[in-house]
Amino acid sequence: MATIHIDGEPHETRDGENLLQAVLEAGVDLPYFCWHPELGSVGACRQCAVKQFNGPDDKRGRIVMACMTPATEGAIISVSDPEAKEFRGEVVEWLMTNHPHDCPVCEEGGECHLQDMTVMTGHRARRYRFEKRTHRNQDLGPFVKHEMNRCISCYRCVRFYRDYAGGQDLAAFASHNNMYFGRAESGTLESPFAGNLIEVCPTGVFTDKQFSKTYSRKWDMRGAPSVCAHCSVGCNTIVNERAGTVRRTINRYNDEVNRYFLCDRGRYGHGYANADTRIRVVGQLIDGVHHQVPSQAAISHFATFAEDGPVIGIGSARASLETNYALRSLVGAAQFSTGLAEPAHGLTLLAADILRTTPAHTPSLHDVEQCDAVFMLGEDALSTAPRLGLSMRQATRHASFLNADRNRIPRWMDASVRMMGQDFISPLMIATPAATGLDDCAVLTQHAAPDDLARLGFAVAHLIDEAAPAVPGLTEAESTVAGRIAEALLAADKPLVVSGTQLGSAALMQAAASIAAALMVRGKPAALSLVLPDANSMGVALMGGLSLDAVCDMARDGKVGTLIVAEADLTRQLAPERVEALLGQVRHFVLIDHSESPLIERAELVLPAAPITHSGGTMVNMEGRAQRFLPVAFPEGPVEVSWRWLRDFAESIGQDDRMAWQTLDDVVAAIARELTVFARIGEAAPSEQYMLESGHIRSQTARVSGRTAIRSHISVRDQPVPPMPDSPLSPTMEGTYSTSMPGALVPYYHAPGWNSEQSLNRFQQEIGGPMRGGYPGVRLVDAAEAVWSSAHYSTDLPETFAPRDGSILLLPESRIFGSEELSALAPAIAERAEPAVVRMAGDGPSEVTLTLDGIRHRLPVLRDDSLPPGLAFYPAHMTLRAFAAPVWVSLETAEALA
Amino acid sequence: MSIVETPASGVPAGTPPEFPQDLRDKIADMVAHEHHARGAAIEAMRLTQKRFGWLCDAHMREIAKLCSMSMADLDGIATFFNLLFRKPVGENVVMLCDSVSCWLMGEEKVRARFCEKLGIKRGQTTPDGKVTFLPIVCLGHCDHAPAMLVNEELYGNVDTETVDRVIDQMKNGSVRGES
Ligand code: SF4
Ligand code: SF4
Ligand code: FES
Ligand code: FES
Repeated sequence: MATIHIDGEPHETRDGENLLQAVLEAGVDLPYFCWHPELGSVGACRQCAVKQFNGPDDKRGRIVMACMTPATEGAIISVSDPEAKEFRGEVVEWLMTNHPHDCPVCEEGGECHLQDMTVMTGHRARRYRFEKRTHRNQDLGPFVKHEMNRCISCYRCVRFYRDYAGGQDLAAFASHNNMYFGRAESGTLESPFAGNLIEVCPTGVFTDKQFSKTYSRKWDMRGAPSVCAHCSVGCNTIVNERAGTVRRTINRYNDEVNRYFLCDRGRYGHGYANADTRIRVVGQLIDGVHHQVPSQAAISHFATFAEDGPVIGIGSARASLETNYALRSLVGAAQFSTGLAEPAHGLTLLAADILRTTPAHTPSLHDVEQCDAVFMLGEDALSTAPRLGLSMRQATRHASFLNADRNRIPRWMDASVRMMGQDFISPLMIATPAATGLDDCAVLTQHAAPDDLARLGFAVAHLIDEAAPAVPGLTEAESTVAGRIAEALLAADKPLVVSGTQLGSAALMQAAASIAAALMVRGKPAALSLVLPDANSMGVALMGGLSLDAVCDMARDGKVGTLIVAEADLTRQLAPERVEALLGQVRHFVLIDHSESPLIERAELVLPAAPITHSGGTMVNMEGRAQRFLPVAFPEGPVEVSWRWLRDFAESIGQDDRMAWQTLDDVVAAIARELTVFARIGEAAPSEQYMLESGHIRSQTARVSGRTAIRSHISVRDQPVPPMPDSPLSPTMEGTYSTSMPGALVPYYHAPGWNSEQSLNRFQQEIGGPMRGGYPGVRLVDAAEAVWSSAHYSTDLPETFAPRDGSILLLPESRIFGSEELSALAPAIAERAEPAVVRMAGDGPSEVTLTLDGIRHRLPVLRDDSLPPGLAFYPAHMTLRAFAAPVWVSLETAEALA
Repeated sequence: MSIVETPASGVPAGTPPEFPQDLRDKIADMVAHEHHARGAAIEAMRLTQKRFGWLCDAHMREIAKLCSMSMADLDGIATFFNLLFRKPVGENVVMLCDSVSCWLMGEEKVRARFCEKLGIKRGQTTPDGKVTFLPIVCLGHCDHAPAMLVNEELYGNVDTETVDRVIDQMKNGSVRGES
C-alpha cells in the first residue's frame, strides 16, 4: 500500500501500480488510449499526461505520463492542473488531425473510447484545416471490418494481436502520418482471437462486420449476461438484442474465467439463434408430413404416447442443467441418458471423476495464466477450448515477468518487459499427434499416436514419483523427452497439466491425472485441466446417466416406448445405421430442440426450444464452475425453454406434484435439493427476485430510442412490455443500474462519461480484479475434499502404437470453426470454416477413399508432415457427422480405385 | 506495400527476377549468425535492394521465409524506412528534405524547380526511367538547409542552380556529392 495525493486528496493505492491505474481506481477520470488493463503500458499516445510534483514545496511540477510512472509512496500529482489539461487537449487534437469525424456512420459511435476521451479532455473545436490523409481499407474476412482512416496510432491492435495472442498476419506499417494497421494484403485475419480487436481498438478502425449488417447503436439494444455455449471453457458474454433478433456477442468480464477476451467462435457463434435452421413451430408428423399444431395438442399427444410403454429421455451436453434435470425428473434417473455415445460418454464421466478425486488443483483460466510450466498432453486445447489456449500462451511469459522483477521493471511496463524477456520463456511442452497453433511458443513438441502419447505421459509421472507405474519398452528418444518434461515440471513453482477428451483416450486423461498427482506427491502445487467437448459436458457428467449405447440396447430389447430427445443431435453421436436402428425400435420419438438436425424428419412430435439467448439456465464448465445465463430475447410464439415443455409433459401424465415449477428459480432449487453435487448452484447468480437498490436492473439503457415509434404503424401507444421470463432483469429501460451490480447480472457496461466497454474499470474492485458486485460463478467441486493415495495411480497402460498395413488410424481433428455443433450453424462461422481435408504425412495422393461405418468416402488430402506415419487427422463432426473418436480405416488411393 | 498510399511510380514493375542463390545463401548465413533470425531482416532487405533497386513482393516473401517472419512483420519494417523502396524507382533517386528547417530555407522553391525541369511530381519517376523524385524527413543537415540526398550523396545549401547541375549530371550518368 502506498498513499498518493491526487489534486490534494490522499488516496491509497496498491503496490506496484502505475499512476494511471491508481488514478482510475481512485475514481478520478483521466483519459488514455494506449494503456490497456490486460496489455499494460507503452507510453505511445501521451494522452494520460498529469503533473507530478517533487514535494509539497514544488510548485512548478513536471508533466509525466501517468501510465509510465510508478505510483510511489507520497507521490503528489495533479490531474486538473491547467498545463496538464492543456497538454491532454493538444494531444487529442493532434491525434484527431487525420480523423474523419464520421461518428454518425461509424459502428463505434456511442460506445467509442475516442469519443469518450475527447469529451473528457474538454477539447471540442478543431483547428486543423488541411487535407487529411486517407487510407485504403482491407477485407479482413467475415468477422472484422476495417476503416483505417479512424486510426489514432495507439498500437493497441498489434500489441494484442501479435504480442498477446501470437498472431502473425497483422502489423503496423509505414511511419508518422502514414501509419497503417492491417495485413500485408487483404485477406481473412488468421488469429482465432481477431474479434477482440473490435473491443481492443479504442476507435472505429476494427468493428464487428456481422453486427454491422444488422447494426443498432449500443444504447438502443437490450443486453443480458450470458455464457458462451460453444466449448467447455464457459466464457462470460453479453448478448445484445433489438426487435427480436440477436445482434451481437461481446465480452463480459469475469476475473477468474475469460477476463477481457473471447475467442471468435464464441463471439460469432450466436448466429445460430437467428438462422433459418431455428425451429419455431410445434410440429406433429401426420402421414409422414409435419403439421403445425397448437402446443396443447402436442402435449396431449405426448400423454397418449406415454401410455405406450417406458419413456426414455436423452439429455445433452449443450443443454442447460435445468433442461437435463427436468428430463431426468420426468423419465427417472435410470431412464435418463447423457446424450453421449461411447467413448465420449465414458470420457466425460471420467473427467468428472478425476475432477472429484484428483489431489491437484483445478485452475481457472486466470490461474492458468499464472502457471510457470505447462504440459499439454494429447489435446489441442487451442482448438478445443480456444480461450484456454490463449491463457496457456500467457503462462509462457512467467519467466519474463520474473526477469523484469529482478531488474526492477514493473510488470505493466509492457514493451520493456517483453524486450528484456525475449529469451526468458516459461516452458510450454506439447505432446500431440500433430503440430498445433501453440507450437510457436513451445519449448518442446512431440508428435505421436494417442497410445504412445499416453505412454509418454505415464513415463513422466513415473519419473516424478516412482510409486506411479513404470512404462516398459520406451524408446531411448521417448525416455529423453519424458525426462525433459518431468524435469521442467519439477523445476516449476506452479506446474500445469492439460489434457482432454479430444483423442477419445481414457489413458491420456489418466496419464495427465497421474502426472498432476505425482507432482502433488513431490510437494508441487500442481494444476490439472481437462477439456471436455461441450459447454455443459461437466454438468451432465456430474448429473450422470446412461450412455447412448445403453439406450440403443434398451430399444433393441423393446424396452423403449417413447424416446424424448432434448437438445441433442444423435446423428453427431451415432453412426447413421445405429440412429436408424434406434429410431426404428422405439414406438414414439419426441424431439425438443431449437435448431434443426437430421433427426427432425423422424420425430413424431417436434417442440421448439428456446436457445440460450432466449432462455435462462445454468451450465457447468470444465473446471466445475456453475454459471448462469439469462434471456436477452423473448421466446417467439410457441417457443419455450425445454424444461417448461418437460414440465408440461409431466403435468399431462399426472406427475405435476414433483415438477410443479413456475420459474427458473424453482428448478434451480429443486436441483440443489435433490443432487448434492449441485447444492450450491443457486449461488451462481442472484435469484429472479433480486433487486438492485429499489428495483430490478434494467436491461435497456436509459436512453433507448424508438420504444413507441418501432410499432407506430400499428399504434403509437406505449405498450406494456411483459416481464422477461426467468430473469431478474427488467425487460425495459425502467429499472436501476449501478457499477456495483453483481457481475453475473451485468446487461451492458456504462458509467458516467464512459460509454465504451472501457467503463469496466468502474465496475471492478481494482483494475483486473474481481467485480465490485461479485458473482464469478460457483465452483461445485472442492479439491480439498479429495482423498487420494498412490493406489489411485492408473495402471492401465496402453501398448505401443503399431501402424497397420493398408490402414490408417484416423484421428478427430478439432476445428475452432466448423467442429462445434451450434456455432457451425452460424453463417459467419460457416463462412470462416475451411473445407474438411484429411491431413497426413508424406507425398501421397491428393485424394483418398476410405470406408467408415460401411460407407465409402472420397476425401481430399492435405500433406502434413508433422503427423507420424500410420496416422491421419480428419475434422470431427464436419462432413463425417458422427466421426469424433479415433478409428482404423482401410485406405484406397484414388489411383488404386481407377 | 500495396495498401499504404506509397508514392505512385512511373516505372513498370514487370515480373521479378528469381531470387538469386548467392543472395539466399548470404542471408541464410546472416540469419545463422543472429541471436534471433529476424535480426537479419533489415540487412537482408538492404542487400536485396542493392541488387535489384527495389523490393518486390516475391523477394519480400523469400526474405520473410529466410528470417522466419511473416510477410506482414517484414513489410512493417520495410515500410518504416524511407530508404527501402517497395515500388520500382528510376536509375537515380532524388530525396529532398521537406522537414521544418529546409522548408523554412526554401525547399518549396527547390522542389518547384525539380518538378518543372523533370516534368514530374513528387513521388514520380521520369518517363525515361532516369530519375525518381521523393520527399524525405530531416537528414540531420539542417545547418545547410535546404538539404537533399541524391542516391547516396548528401547535398547542402541546395538552390535552383544545384538542381540544374544535378539534373545535368544525372542525365550524363554521374552524380557526386558536394557537402
Ligand atoms: S487501429 Fe485502433 S488499436 Fe490499432 S493503432 Fe489504430 S486506433 Fe489503435
Ligand atoms: S468457444 Fe470456448 S473459448 Fe471461445 S468464447 Fe466460447 S467458451 Fe470461450
Ligand atoms: S495511455 Fe499513457 S501514454 Fe498512452
Ligand atoms: S530539416 Fe532538412 S535536414 Fe533537417
